Amino acid sequence: MSEQLLAIHDLHAGVEGKEILKGLNLNIGKGEVHVILGPNGSGKSTLMNVIMGHPKYEVTGGSLTFEGEDLTQLPTYERARRGLFLSFQTPEEIPGITLGTMIRTSMQAVTGKKVKLLPFRKELKERLEELKMKPEYAERYLNVGFSGGEKKRAEILQLLMLNPKLALLDETDSGLDVDAVQIVSEGVAKFHNENNSCIIITHNTRILEKLKVDRVHVLMQGRIVEEGGPELVEQINAHGFTHIAADAAEK
Amino acid sequence: MAEKQKTYVADIERTLYDIRNEDHSVYKSESGLTEDIIRDISARKHDPKWMLDFRLKSLEIYNSLALPTWGPDLSELNMNDIVTYVQPDAKMTGNWAEVPTDIKDTFDRLGIPDAEQKSLAGVGAQYDSEVVYHSLQQNMADQGVIYTDMETAIREHEDIVKEYFMTLVPPKDHKFAALHGAVWSGGSFVYVPAGVHVDIPLQSYFRLNAAGAGQFEHTLIIVEPGASLHFIEGCSAPKYNVTNLHAGCVELFVKEGARLRYSTIENWSRNMMNLNTKRALVAKDGIMEWVSGSFGSHVSCLYPCTVLHGENARCEFTGVTFAAKGQDLDTGASVIHAAPHTSANINTRTISKDGGKATYRSAVKVTKNAPFAKCSVNCESLMLDNKSRSDTLPTMDVEGDEADIGHEAKIGRISDEAIFYLTSRGIEEKEARAMIVRGFVEPIAKELPLEYAVEMNNLVNIELEGTMG
Repeated sequence: MSEQLLAIHDLHAGVEGKEILKGLNLNIGKGEVHVILGPNGSGKSTLMNVIMGHPKYEVTGGSLTFEGEDLTQLPTYERARRGLFLSFQTPEEIPGITLGTMIRTSMQAVTGKKVKLLPFRKELKERLEELKMKPEYAERYLNVGFSGGEKKRAEILQLLMLNPKLALLDETDSGLDVDAVQIVSEGVAKFHNENNSCIIITHNTRILEKLKVDRVHVLMQGRIVEEGGPELVEQINAHGFTHIAADAAEK
Repeated sequence: MAEKQKTYVADIERTLYDIRNEDHSVYKSESGLTEDIIRDISARKHDPKWMLDFRLKSLEIYNSLALPTWGPDLSELNMNDIVTYVQPDAKMTGNWAEVPTDIKDTFDRLGIPDAEQKSLAGVGAQYDSEVVYHSLQQNMADQGVIYTDMETAIREHEDIVKEYFMTLVPPKDHKFAALHGAVWSGGSFVYVPAGVHVDIPLQSYFRLNAAGAGQFEHTLIIVEPGASLHFIEGCSAPKYNVTNLHAGCVELFVKEGARLRYSTIENWSRNMMNLNTKRALVAKDGIMEWVSGSFGSHVSCLYPCTVLHGENARCEFTGVTFAAKGQDLDTGASVIHAAPHTSANINTRTISKDGGKATYRSAVKVTKNAPFAKCSVNCESLMLDNKSRSDTLPTMDVEGDEADIGHEAKIGRISDEAIFYLTSRGIEEKEARAMIVRGFVEPIAKELPLEYAVEMNNLVNIELEGTMG
């Protein structure tokens, strides 16, 4: 068993008094790629937001630790500084801040060190090229006027530049055409190595083609109801969640 | 149980602007407004007869006009308490070494002599009611550019001043225009001859030091055909517990094919009533660009007006207003399309926080004589908390045919999702908010010369301290 990175035990969490996660267990080891599947409304995005510490969500029970440290006591920015990264399903548009400035500010915040401009520009340019984004994107306001695919690529760009220990990818491939999914999945594959981990929420197998998936979890009604290897993805794509729901009910 | 402790932030750190000097004025008029006071000011200023008559006529108009019935409450202003003329103990000079030390130190702190060395072609510095320093690069003077205080302009270029003075903003325009006509003192006069391009900006800085005083500088700029100029106006004052009044007047004449950019960073203290009138008249193919930053004052009414009276005349207005606690800032712009194919672009950002009130007010008029006019208005407001207020009050009056008028207004708050996004990238919440606010004003900041963009950023940062985090 690889070194434990994220450990979630019997997690209960919700929003405005409504419980969404109802006793969730999940363990992510260093170097692993995990996929979470589940129907809409099962709590997938809530899980991502809770791990990242969105103030709207309240943890009401259980534990959530990262490298042995209790995450629930840390504000979001501290979690980012510990090495967590969330690729948003719908990234925010923020006028007046360029993508390049935002990434440099983030890198400085996360590392606590000054990021020199020239090497930064060089790296950013290379990464933009890898993601088939024009260099002008660095000078554009954060996600403002970006298409859905451009926003997702900008998220992967940040992932590559910030190089976190754990990447949470919330439907990074949704709403993208075949080529864009290809680019994004290559980006994630480039990021991933034996020292970092990914949790990928997806409805799609294509993003997984370039990655070696270690474990697949099915999330329904706030709990992990089924776990397995990569073959589980194929099964669910072929048969849907219904039979899993039935199995879970039997258990 | 102990009573819950509240943290109060007494006032925002404005040290740089707040250092007041002892009042060393050599003369102060009595407070209030009477014919005797006007005659006294006029005599001390050695006005020609026509100017004395103009002042007296303006006083008459002032007494006949009521306060405006719209806009911020002006009832706190009592003219009987305002000293309209404060003569500093300094003669106008072109040499900083001759400026009294305390006054020079003030302008040093504000970075004026430094900016003069680095990035300006000329500087004017007014202290209370009189200009104490004026300079212009020799090569500009050699090309016939005139940049001086209004008093010198009346002495040395009387014909030009007489032709233009308060013709664009006549005293009968409104009560404070009349007041200005009666008690005006100081200000800058700029004349750019035809075809001359003043490539480096000129800057006038207006500093009001005396408590309970008024500042009524008059700025008159004439840019002759095909010429161009960038003029920068700065103003500030230390804070007092009595009301100060600023009722300046700016008249800009942009001739055929000429171009004028007028930039202002206004940072009056929080006891200032800022009732300023600015107007530009733009001839055929002329271009008028306003960049306006309003940060200070207790109450502001400021709506620079552009009259596009020649075919193809254009106007760009870019403004930012930041209203914090105790501030009621009513700002905006006005454009009159009075000739065919004229176009205007108004782009503003207002921010309110900590109980401040920011109002965007604009008027766009397209006359019958202005077919094919084009005007686009974009005003956005950001409220940083629930105590603050923002209003947008745009009016449009279109009589010309084939007009192309667009208007977009947004009032919003900083979204929790945007904060979460930035904090998820390791940025602290306080800094995330500041980034969003700076981003909000960025379209304005990028219109400013670098040093002023930096100053504006500093002002935004000063304003954000205290309530954030």
